[in-house]
Amino acid sequence: MTTRRQMMTTSAQVAALMAGAGLLPTAAHAAWPQAAFEAKNMAEAAKAFGGGAPVESKDVTITGPDIAENGAVVPVGCSSTLPGVKRLMILVEKNPSVLAAAFDVSDAVDASFNTRVKMGQSSNVYAVAMMADGRVLYAGKEIKVTLGGCGG
Amino acid sequence: MADPMRIRAQMAGDKATVRVLMSHEMETGQRRDASGKVIPAWFIQEVSAAHNGKTVLTTQWGPSVAKNPFLQFNVRGAKAGDKITVNWVDNKGDKRTDEATVS
Repeated sequence: MTTRRQMMTTSAQVAALMAGAGLLPTAAHAAWPQAAFEAKNMAEAAKAFGGGAPVESKDVTITGPDIAENGAVVPVGCSSTLPGVKRLMILVEKNPSVLAAAFDVSDAVDASFNTRVKMGQSSNVYAVAMMADGRVLYAGKEIKVTLGGCGG
Repeated sequence: MADPMRIRAQMAGDKATVRVLMSHEMETGQRRDASGKVIPAWFIQEVSAAHNGKTVLTTQWGPSVAKNPFLQFNVRGAKAGDKITVNWVDNKGDKRTDEATVS
């Protein structure tokens, strides 16, 4: 039998745990760009990293399937042939958080990355390159999803 | 501690192609369990790679990277026998580092 007092104690403990779980990681990873991952569109994501308005470019490429059978695992790749790419990002337009991944490009790696993302529904997927001179270039591709990857 | 990563680093021309397969749930924080409670987000936030101890790549990830994430990148100026180290940190502060040799 649970008394009211015990109940209150347990609730307090749970609340303390939740607070810990919610706050500690944020403090531990101050470098993780929270604002960029909360962005709802491409311009906001670019702005969160200090970039200007995105411009479409042929020198940035996005690779991926035309139709993805399973939205939980969609292989996508982003690359750019231009010199001076500082950061590459993969964005999924209709996901709750537009930004999926950001890659900091250094001299020792090619500006070309492949990974797998989740997609909630058919959507445009963008590769965004942020250049050392401040330009923001992007390329887009539509990927149709037959089975969504977010939610139950 | 999470399961080890599977890393393959192979020479292709003057570059090493590195493929990493991490073992992680990558929970988005959007899903609900059977009783309707939101499953808290749990995903890898940062991945970094080092070539012979020198960091060559850092990435920031959001929850929309797929479960058991895959990452492929090319390291310039690598040679067979070089060490590639990959390290990730998730939003709960859990971390893992694994190493592979370029072949």
